[in-house]
Amino acid sequence: MPGAGVGIVSNPGPSGQHSLRLNPSHAAAVAKFLRDDAELALDFLSNVTGVDWPDKEIAEKVKVSKAVDGVEQTVEETRKRVEPGCLEVVYHLFSVARKHGPVILRMRTVNRTDQVELPSLTSIWRSAEFQEREVFDLYGVVFTGHPDLRRLLMWDEFTDHPMRRDYVEPDDFEYEPTAHDAVAARAAAHQEPREGKVAGQ
Amino acid sequence: MVDEGLKIELGKQGVFVTTIEELYNWGRKSSIWPMQFGLACCAIEMIATTMARYDLARFGAEVFRPSPRQADMMIISGTVTKKMAPQVVRLYNQMAEPKYVIAMGACAISGGPFKQGYNVLKGIDRYIPVDVHIPGCPPRPEALLQAFMTLQKKIEAQHLTGAGRPRHLDAEGQGEFPVPVQGEHDLEPTSNKGVWPLPVIIR
Amino acid sequence: MTIPAHAPEQLKNWNRPRIIEPGGDGDLLEVAMGPHHPSTHGVFRMDVALDGERVIRLKPVFGYLHRNHEKIAESVSYLASMPYTDRLDYICSLTNNWAYALAVEKLTSQEVPERAEYLRVILGELTRIQNHASSIGFLIQEMGASGTPLMYAFREREKILDLFEALTGSRMMCNYMRFGGCRVDASAAWLDAARKVVAGLPGFVDEFDQLLSSNEILMARTQGVGILRPELAVNAGVTGPMLRASGINYDIRKVDSYGIYNRFPFRVPLGDHWDVYDRFMIRMLEMRESIKIVEQALKDIPAGPVMDPKAKIRGFRPKAGEAYGRIEAPKGELGFYLISDGGPNPYRYRVRPPSLINLTVLEDMCLGSDIADVVLIFGSVDIVLGEVDR
Repeated sequence: MPGAGVGIVSNPGPSGQHSLRLNPSHAAAVAKFLRDDAELALDFLSNVTGVDWPDKEIAEKVKVSKAVDGVEQTVEETRKRVEPGCLEVVYHLFSVARKHGPVILRMRTVNRTDQVELPSLTSIWRSAEFQEREVFDLYGVVFTGHPDLRRLLMWDEFTDHPMRRDYVEPDDFEYEPTAHDAVAARAAAHQEPREGKVAGQ
Repeated sequence: MVDEGLKIELGKQGVFVTTIEELYNWGRKSSIWPMQFGLACCAIEMIATTMARYDLARFGAEVFRPSPRQADMMIISGTVTKKMAPQVVRLYNQMAEPKYVIAMGACAISGGPFKQGYNVLKGIDRYIPVDVHIPGCPPRPEALLQAFMTLQKKIEAQHLTGAGRPRHLDAEGQGEFPVPVQGEHDLEPTSNKGVWPLPVIIR
Repeated sequence: MTIPAHAPEQLKNWNRPRIIEPGGDGDLLEVAMGPHHPSTHGVFRMDVALDGERVIRLKPVFGYLHRNHEKIAESVSYLASMPYTDRLDYICSLTNNWAYALAVEKLTSQEVPERAEYLRVILGELTRIQNHASSIGFLIQEMGASGTPLMYAFREREKILDLFEALTGSRMMCNYMRFGGCRVDASAAWLDAARKVVAGLPGFVDEFDQLLSSNEILMARTQGVGILRPELAVNAGVTGPMLRASGINYDIRKVDSYGIYNRFPFRVPLGDHWDVYDRFMIRMLEMRESIKIVEQALKDIPAGPVMDPKAKIRGFRPKAGEAYGRIEAPKGELGFYLISDGGPNPYRYRVRPPSLINLTVLEDMCLGSDIADVVLIFGSVDIVLGEVDR
């Protein structure tokens, strides 16, 4: 398939389950090929997973030549660079007809904020229907072409995407009988100090 | 009040002496109809309690009613999520007085193992009053039977007049509680005023 | 694959359209079944549109038991998630333990000692027996036989739970398996007790079978109801007894032969009418096969350690990488997908819930049938809400 843009992502772990990175614009065609090809016959989409890769701030040491006191010198300087994050969706495929698998597909969005569209594979494998809704609900990936893209687990009025790494959960830890560390500090913020004792400690 | 010794003595002679209060409470405590309402893991133990081995029928409480309007008692058997909490409060409001609540298991009491969850309510007593709490994850059927007996004792000890009288005899008593609304981030309000005072940690 | 003669018309065109035209004057009645409904096994809602008694549209609503299992698991260590897996499918905690242990063992390429593998098979198959017995009990209770079949099922379940309790310390939340083995060894007395319980099981299944399988009401209510075509079942990712009732031979115990399942001869029952009765019957037959497996495992179980001595409990940090491990749980394919970044907590922890994915086809099976049959079709899927919503 020319121009499909399929890359192999290797898995460094001992399980040796490598995966294929799909270009979202050709994903549907590749997926259809994988399902209908007689040799592959990946007719069973088992699992759809969302993964959040937040923006990473990488501090790296760079050698730069600089004029210090009028003399040209090579100085080490720490620079911060932000590597943009993305949302990733992972599909695990098996073959019921030929009993092999898994084949793992991955797709990535451009960023985590405004360009979060990915093509839906529900038209090729029905089992993606609820799982893609779940990824939309918990991660905020918008699947174009999904027949019924609503929140699956949280209520409709909810506006956050709670499985993202930067999600801030509502502060309702007022009472924590066995609190420690960060939880104790949060509980203590709700408590009035009583008779010289600081609550939550 | 009739003297306890005299009562037994009369009973031997075939004379049954009692007070209206005792008779009334005996009737109430011996036929508590629970609501058929399972939430999570604890519901399976609740079903096991009604089955042959533990036999909840011995306590007059085997008639599980699917409708809240026919039930006297609600067993909150499992994790109450924020998505489910408004429905639980609404079901409680629809039950007729006198009504009682057993919070079964760690989740119903405080959120239990799932307390860190963003969608888990940290204890149903934030919204409705609870009569008996049973710890455990899940509590064994014996623990649920113990909770039943505790509730029966509680009903038995209620006076029909005075300050501690049951709510159905008390025109002022609050039997309905506001149903929380699902907001953009959390339930609103996060607890009902007057039902759940913020516990103070004393060490 | 031929279409049974009694299949409703809209099933013959299996993948499209999922809309049927209302007859009559076109007035629809919208019913919200659940989240508090006695037949939903917990908190589940179906938004149903009815034309008279006929189901025109059915939309499941989830999330009433969404307990944030995945989010919590990403904030605690690998081992600390093990008790949470008990609470996924809370009827079968031991198979959940097994699936998670298997996924982590794949992630770290750990070995499991022989005796532990045998114990896993024994406990896994006992779990399957008690799950299938109770799910048949629940199905028939929803049909109106309130109590009796469920009492029989729970009588046997209690015996199996006593075994679990003696071995693991808990009736339901066993928390028994570890990465690289099992937590404690089974004593000779426990194995004897297990043999005694297993010796009584064939009698129970015979009794259950006699009581139910040829019951006229059961047959009238379930045969030809809720037909699921095999093409749709595969395409929609349906697994477990549901898939096999649709005539597809796919049992992960055979396909992956994980653990030591290739040492046990057992048959895979398949349905040929694809309806609710087939799903009921498949579970009945699978119980018999499971009994054979447990009997053989109890006979062959070798002596030895139950934990890999090289297994690391403290400071458990798998190398960066990912793994997907799956087993044939009583409800279907239960998988765990883990991404490790080398830290003590999983970077991504995902449960592949068979109960949720088996419900994908609920609407397709219910369309055109009566509202009373929806309860039966839903019961035959055999779900547990803890796993659907996680």
